[in-house]
Amino acid sequence: MTKGLLIDYTWCTGCHACETACKRELGLPREQFGIKLAEYIWPMDEGKDFAHTDNWQYTYFPMPLDACDLCEERTAKGKLPSCVHHCQANCLFYGEIEDLMERFLEHPRQSLFHL
Amino acid sequence: MANIELEKASHLIPEFRYREDGMNVTRGSVWSGPGCHEGCGVLIYTDDDGKLIKVEGDPENPFNKGRLCSRCLALHEVVNSPERLRHPMKRAREDRGKDKWERITWDEAFDIIYERFSDIKERYGAEAIACCFGTGRDIVPWIYRLAYTIGTPNTIFTMSGMSCYLTRVLGCIASTGCFWVGDYSQQFLRRYEDPRWKRPDTIVVWGNNPLVANADGMYGHWAVDCMKLGSKIIAVDPRVTWLAAKAEVHLAIRPGTDGALAIAMLNYIISNDLYDHDFVDKWCYGFNELAEHVKDFTLEKAEEITYIPKEKIAKAALMIAESEGSILQWGVAFDMTKEALPASQAAFAIFVITGQIDRPGGMVMPTEILRFVGGWGYEELILGKHQDMIDKRIGMHEYGLLNAGIMACSTDRWIEQMETGEPYKMAGIWIQTTNFLACTSPDPKRTLAACNKMEFIAAVDMFMTPTIMALADVVLPVSAFTEKVGLRVGDGFQRCETINRASDPGDTRSDVEINMTLGKRFDPEAWPWERTEDVFSAVIKDCGGIDMTYEDFQELAPGYQPFEYYRYESGKLRADGLPGFNTRTGRIELWSTYYSSVGLEPLPYFEEPIPGPVSTPELLEEYPLILTTGARSWFFFHSEHRMIDSLRSRHPWPRIQMNPKTAEINGVSDGDWVWVENHRGRCKRKVEITPIIDPRIVMADHGWWLPEEPGDFDEGLFGLWDMDINNLLKWQAGRAGVGSNYKTMLCKIYKAEPGDEHNTWTREEAYSYVPREDD
Repeated sequence: MTKGLLIDYTWCTGCHACETACKRELGLPREQFGIKLAEYIWPMDEGKDFAHTDNWQYTYFPMPLDACDLCEERTAKGKLPSCVHHCQANCLFYGEIEDLMERFLEHPRQSLFHL
Repeated sequence: MANIELEKASHLIPEFRYREDGMNVTRGSVWSGPGCHEGCGVLIYTDDDGKLIKVEGDPENPFNKGRLCSRCLALHEVVNSPERLRHPMKRAREDRGKDKWERITWDEAFDIIYERFSDIKERYGAEAIACCFGTGRDIVPWIYRLAYTIGTPNTIFTMSGMSCYLTRVLGCIASTGCFWVGDYSQQFLRRYEDPRWKRPDTIVVWGNNPLVANADGMYGHWAVDCMKLGSKIIAVDPRVTWLAAKAEVHLAIRPGTDGALAIAMLNYIISNDLYDHDFVDKWCYGFNELAEHVKDFTLEKAEEITYIPKEKIAKAALMIAESEGSILQWGVAFDMTKEALPASQAAFAIFVITGQIDRPGGMVMPTEILRFVGGWGYEELILGKHQDMIDKRIGMHEYGLLNAGIMACSTDRWIEQMETGEPYKMAGIWIQTTNFLACTSPDPKRTLAACNKMEFIAAVDMFMTPTIMALADVVLPVSAFTEKVGLRVGDGFQRCETINRASDPGDTRSDVEINMTLGKRFDPEAWPWERTEDVFSAVIKDCGGIDMTYEDFQELAPGYQPFEYYRYESGKLRADGLPGFNTRTGRIELWSTYYSSVGLEPLPYFEEPIPGPVSTPELLEEYPLILTTGARSWFFFHSEHRMIDSLRSRHPWPRIQMNPKTAEINGVSDGDWVWVENHRGRCKRKVEITPIIDPRIVMADHGWWLPEEPGDFDEGLFGLWDMDINNLLKWQAGRAGVGSNYKTMLCKIYKAEPGDEHNTWTREEAYSYVPREDD
């Protein structure tokens, strides 16, 4: 009965809603986060000028940190973790690891997290 | 009254107020302040003292389905901020710009405002008073009604050329009979599951970054929902945004050349016979004239102007033409160029001739309760009681387009009129929910000096702003949306959403309550209501034609009005019930009879932005970079939120984004403070090096001021003169009176030296300011 977080980061738009929702839920001070976006943006077309560059590594990844307790209090009351509830791109999923695993195997480039 | 059947969302807990874990929960909608263009469904959590604890997204609301952006998730910090204005205040006119505010009661505040405006009315006429508003706030209908109650027709949206949204709205109303928005299924309770809806084949994200901007009633992440369902993105943006990076084709355009791109696409679609013959033959006027007019605008020519490779333009045009359902997801980049009207006209025409109008997954006409851009009360109050004001609306004689369906004035002419007193004197300003010196106004020194000539200025806001500190004689504290009752009658589809009071407003009052209380002083008949709820009941009945009260709406919300596609075929777009569109010719006018009748070019054209690399090559040596401004931040609504720590700490300083090559050439590094300067002025920005922008172009944030710095005029007015990118801009409207160059400038950048921090401007200088010669 292990709960986890599935991160389908292909769709993460970098909107930071997970960070802000988490900070409020856990009451974290300004420098601290329970989930934090990692970002990597770079043109992958070597030697092409800007106008002809079509291939981008343009990736945001919401990274759960040590403060994350998968919103124990919320989930005990049947709610979703605050980051999952508010994720604007719907790229975060919460549930039983076994159930998440099905979705995880549906397509590549996802990440699975548990405590 | 027509009996309109509203489809009602179902809620697990039927009541809109309930208890949960010792907290009070109030379900409702967001609108406003702080400002927002949306109206997401929210659950507002408060304690028993009426203090706001938090806001969460309402998973049962079909609009956002539980999702929220950072600004609502940090709303408790805004509402509970110690920086908020909590009581009315006044100061002497000679103390403008000084922090010499004195707390007063609401009664005294209304007494002063009533007496001073009445005095101005008596001496110069009511038209000498202008009522100013900003964007994304629950204010437009109420401020118009207040203005009309006072007896002035002068309602001012504080941007040069009203160059945000109104340009596109006006152009569309004049040539198609109404405004159109993308069909993301937002009109249906069941959203993407509604069998009538079809997902768009393509979404053309043009001059808009909807994920961040959430403009015009479009929840930005609907575009992502549609991508998951298979929609392809075509992005037109000088920067590689997330949507542009994931797009099927990204057209990295030179700012201000959207008109050239659109005209070339029209030519490509027409000359390659890719257009929808049936729709064009039956429902369009002036197609042959358009075809002839655009025929020399080749892809090669467009490539030279726009910087976009011609193969990409052709690919995008073909994709739109082949789409069964294509959305034009356009934004302010259209409005924020001087010749905005013809550029918007050309872009919209692409979607007309490819048959994307009023079809599933295309462009649809929103159902509304109140068409808020037209204001509220003009017929009753100006036509009914103040006929002498009909011809006094600023700019209406010079700009015939302003008579096409909105009631705002020419802001550019208003500035001139304050300076010259011609054709009549201006003497008073009512400022409600706009911080124009820091946000919307070009050449803020000129604006400040012009406004400062006014005898009396009153303002309403949630926080002290540079605009209020510099100019106001009386300031009134306004409630946040959790502290008031309201009705969401803004952009896009209006979904019978109510804003329900959840937290204690203290000594603040809502915008509409302020307008009603002041309005009653001038003319009790114009505001025959006791409570603000009664105001909304009147709007629901009289404007919406729905036989319900505000309280009914609170129980129902959100409620969905009936919607059909292809209304032009069934005669439901026209008052006379005939098939067609609500234009003179009954067709969508590609050759605009309205434009022609008011002395404007009836067909779209492209004009180079001035200044620019093509129009003013002589400036390039000194100012070699193309400057675009105003890309939105995840953490701020325009000039708001700078005092909210959890938001500000994640976007602490105003940025200028530039390519690594640009930084290298200019000898600057990531994080350096630089001056951004052109022949009109300068401001400071912090360098952000990023590959997402063309080396020839830089992008500077807008709306910046520093609430933590001293507010006194002589100490920098909250750092305004250092931070305001609009120091580089100029008041100048396009030929039609709409559009202005906010996003298309030239500049240079150089490191800011230590000790060079304060670009100040003293009160003495402001009082003796003479507007610079035109350039």
